[in-house]
Amino acid sequence: MKYFTTIINSSFLIINYKKASMNIYIQGMGCVSPQQTAAEGPFLAEIRQYEGNRLKVLDPDYKQWIPDANTMRRMGRVVKMGIGAAKLGLQDAGIEMPDAIITGTAYGCLADTGVFLTRMIQGQESALSPTPFIQSTHNTVSGQIALLLGCHGYNSTFVHKGFSFESALLDSIMMLREKTAQQILIGGVDEITDHSHTILSRFGLYKQEPVRNTALLQSTTKGTIAGEGAAFFVLGTAKGAVKLTGLDTLYKPASQQEVSSAIQGFLATHRLSTADIDLLITGRNGNAGEDVVYTQLTQTLFPQTATAAFKHLCGEYPTASAFAMWMGAQIIQQQQAPAGILYSGTAPQQLNRILIYNQYQGTHHALILLEKA
Amino acid sequence: MSEPVWIAGGGVICGIGATLPACVEAFSRMQPGMEEVQYLHTVHCGVFPVAEVKADNAMLAAQAGMPAHISRTALLSKIAAQEAWDSTGLGDLLQYRVGFISANTVGGMDKTEDFFADYLQDPAKGHLQQVVHHECGSVTELVADAMGIRHQVATISTACSSGANALMYGARLIRNNIVDIVIAGGTDALTRFTLNGFNTLMILDQQPCRPFDDTRTGLNLGEGAGYVVLVSDAISKQLPNAPWCRLSGYANTSDAYHQTASSPDGTGNYLAMKGALEMSGLQPKDIAYINLHGTGTQNNDSSEGKAIERLFAPNYPAVSSTKSFTGHTLGASGGIEAVFSALAVQQGIIYPNARFATPMKEWPVTPATVFSSGNKLSHVMSNSFGFAGNCSSLVFSKE
Repeated sequence: MKYFTTIINSSFLIINYKKASMNIYIQGMGCVSPQQTAAEGPFLAEIRQYEGNRLKVLDPDYKQWIPDANTMRRMGRVVKMGIGAAKLGLQDAGIEMPDAIITGTAYGCLADTGVFLTRMIQGQESALSPTPFIQSTHNTVSGQIALLLGCHGYNSTFVHKGFSFESALLDSIMMLREKTAQQILIGGVDEITDHSHTILSRFGLYKQEPVRNTALLQSTTKGTIAGEGAAFFVLGTAKGAVKLTGLDTLYKPASQQEVSSAIQGFLATHRLSTADIDLLITGRNGNAGEDVVYTQLTQTLFPQTATAAFKHLCGEYPTASAFAMWMGAQIIQQQQAPAGILYSGTAPQQLNRILIYNQYQGTHHALILLEKA
Repeated sequence: MSEPVWIAGGGVICGIGATLPACVEAFSRMQPGMEEVQYLHTVHCGVFPVAEVKADNAMLAAQAGMPAHISRTALLSKIAAQEAWDSTGLGDLLQYRVGFISANTVGGMDKTEDFFADYLQDPAKGHLQQVVHHECGSVTELVADAMGIRHQVATISTACSSGANALMYGARLIRNNIVDIVIAGGTDALTRFTLNGFNTLMILDQQPCRPFDDTRTGLNLGEGAGYVVLVSDAISKQLPNAPWCRLSGYANTSDAYHQTASSPDGTGNYLAMKGALEMSGLQPKDIAYINLHGTGTQNNDSSEGKAIERLFAPNYPAVSSTKSFTGHTLGASGGIEAVFSALAVQQGIIYPNARFATPMKEWPVTPATVFSSGNKLSHVMSNSFGFAGNCSSLVFSKE
């Protein structure tokens, strides 16, 4: 019961907006992912197929956003992914300069960290170059975006595992509410490297047998597939196509019951029932042991609701919920749920309200509620 | 958004003391913490002085009540966070809605370095136990779990300004009624990764550092953790003793100049100090003391001085860099210095700037060089500036 109050109280934040009649809108969004999301074209009309347990982003031409060749050469992939998604988001919102930049990244700049660490150990702490160290700090993505834009506003980076993106989102909501910013560029980004994939594989996170991403959700074995990507949003109080209505997190719930109660409590504070949700997007990742949680929840709480999934598109990573929010917002904006993302049921004609429920390794649970503006 | 957020207590462990009172004692006796490397395994031992916490991991683990095999970053964090909580006199933490917002830049890197040495020989080698807590967030969770904190847990990493940003986010969580209490600050253990990283930048002084001195040639690294306990107005009235002070203003800005260097005129620094003052509703003349970022590098001290000049000239408050005692504790520094600054307001302390002899040509202001307490300090500012242009300033006020 004690932790249930967390949900009530953090949702109190949302109720207060209504009193203050302050809505928060997604004014623009950009996404760099293993799918064709960074290029013009129909929204996820075709799902790209991958064999194996590692999905790599489809790199757009970063030169269009990073004019200086030397600067780009020094930048890690994760920084470029972040800049790409950020620039696409700004462009979509039709603005050049946000008031604040907030990034969520659990792993930060793994590639440069790996390079510096390897050289330091192999060279016994001598003759090291500063570049990979400089590029290794977790705030490099946010910092480089600010540098590129010449943005002197608030700049922060949250690095908290499966809550990295959610913390950045909560910070944005609170700042908009206290009116210290009108438009915030906020996103989530993480990369996979050879080292991280090897080490995380040793923890048993990924499937050992041959796997195809499009068949992932039907898998009956343990493990998932590794993913990466960046999604950035421009959030603001002036009207946009999609409203960000609610956000909540639940850390290490003691039981399945606590998760169910949390979801019900979240909906109740928004004066909604499960039947009001037009589409439920879950973080189903093909790991049979974890997916059973989603199955049980949808059966008990959302028996009539159409459900969609996204990790067969982007893979599993701590900030994958940023991809889910991008996908959910696109569905509402375009009023269509592509066939390749549906997991169960039939999407209704009107897609006015989408609930995203994601959990990361059973310890980090998050709810994001999106509505048609 | 005008609901006041109070500082109900604080805790610090760093190179000059294992508790906050021990640190204050070291300041009053003019005993900086820089020495030859004693606990870190590095080839640079004897070359660069560092301000290590004077205890090995087994001793820290005993003090923290945690296993000795986990990252030193987590051990330091738990010790300071527990001291901070205990100092409030609020009793059983589980009775409150508490958040733990902790900043760090290295996470479990101290253990990852050991793992990597084996792993690079053979990717199937290396004890996974040494990398399981590599992530910054993992270090925060080890401590949150040990203390029973579940309502809000988050980790911030904005290089050397990380700890200060934890206070801002924590204050917002309270003002938005998400929690009533936040233990906010930062932690970082000394690692080979950071020592070698700063060495490649050629900004490590081979002598004890001399912040704001014309002869300064770089910084000394340190390690430690520091947390304040932020409480809502309602909780402040339940405190057995009066709160130390109020977090009256804060601002975070981006210098947007260079990945590692500060702009020559300290644009980001200036905007952060100005923003924090505006939020607190104060004028520059109201600030009685500034706890400087003051790393001792040519670039930082020059830019910070220029920014202070632009905002405060000609009436300067007392200033000093406590990094001349603690070394630069990176992600912890904003937290440690927030505790020092909050305590400064409560006890009227002006901390000394060690080894100052020659005023800088570009900003000829003499920092405080002796310890004093019982001064009337109504408002104190704390500066934290970092890589990637991250600049943060905090203002603490008596009422």
